[in-house]
Amino acid sequence: MSIAILRFPGTNCEFDTEYAFKKLGFKTTIVWHNEPSLPKDTELVVVAGGFSYGDYLRSGSIAKFSPIMKDVIAYAKNGGEVLGICNGFQILCEAGLLPGALKRNTNLHFISKYQHLKVISNNNSFLKKCEKDEILNIPIAHADGNYYIDDDGLEKLKKNDQILLQYVDNAGKAVAINGSVESIAGICNESKNVFGLMPHPERAIEAILGSSDGVKMLESFGA
Amino acid sequence: MKAIVNVYLKNGVLDPQGKAVHHALGSLGFLGVKDVRIGKQIVLELEATDEQKAREEVQEMSETLLANTVIEDFNIEIVQ
Repeated sequence: MSIAILRFPGTNCEFDTEYAFKKLGFKTTIVWHNEPSLPKDTELVVVAGGFSYGDYLRSGSIAKFSPIMKDVIAYAKNGGEVLGICNGFQILCEAGLLPGALKRNTNLHFISKYQHLKVISNNNSFLKKCEKDEILNIPIAHADGNYYIDDDGLEKLKKNDQILLQYVDNAGKAVAINGSVESIAGICNESKNVFGLMPHPERAIEAILGSSDGVKMLESFGA
Repeated sequence: MKAIVNVYLKNGVLDPQGKAVHHALGSLGFLGVKDVRIGKQIVLELEATDEQKAREEVQEMSETLLANTVIEDFNIEIVQ
């Protein structure tokens, strides 16, 4: 399995992401945003976290026009799998590969901590190794994670099992962390090949560092 | 010719910054404020000389990049 990890000016999670996937036995290539195309053998594109273009204008708004994104959009439209983590989620929403948008957190704080998440749907290749309603513990670190979608869009997400993860307390009850509609932490597109989430599974792969719940998310792509 | 693009969160989309500023104004004793919305103003210096053409171009720029129309509205002012 060969993974292309995108790097824009301001991306800062590409090496953590590379480290995590390599540890799980995947082949990875970091791809600079100015490249015109993805490596030929790409089987998964990961849009890593960070602050592409300094979050200027809106998070992800400028990155979506980088040369590599044309090929990423074509790759996704062709059924290729794409995962956006944190800033990657924001970029995929801005690029129109995922519905909705991410706004400033309601309390205006940059929130950086471990956070419990509930698996809402595992009917997809990203969370297939997780149980439905399973509680995971994964770090979040963002200022613009307040997911917004209008009522019609929300209905569509629900109907088609596109809500993947929800912020919850340790008992599994939804909590308002950042103002997201229905406490949504992650979604996928209608055809279930593009995934976006604010939490960082690549930072939760070693129990000694707090949690290894990210492993079953990341390794699901190889199975 | 100059174009001024004002970008705001849509009505009905909660504006966390506006809400915080509203709260702060209240704490300072400014009690007559009903609502606060915070937006962005983007000022473009254009080469165009035809106002209609300039407006169409800025409209396209706004829809493509300057605003995210999922959550934001915008308006354009052309200044000679």
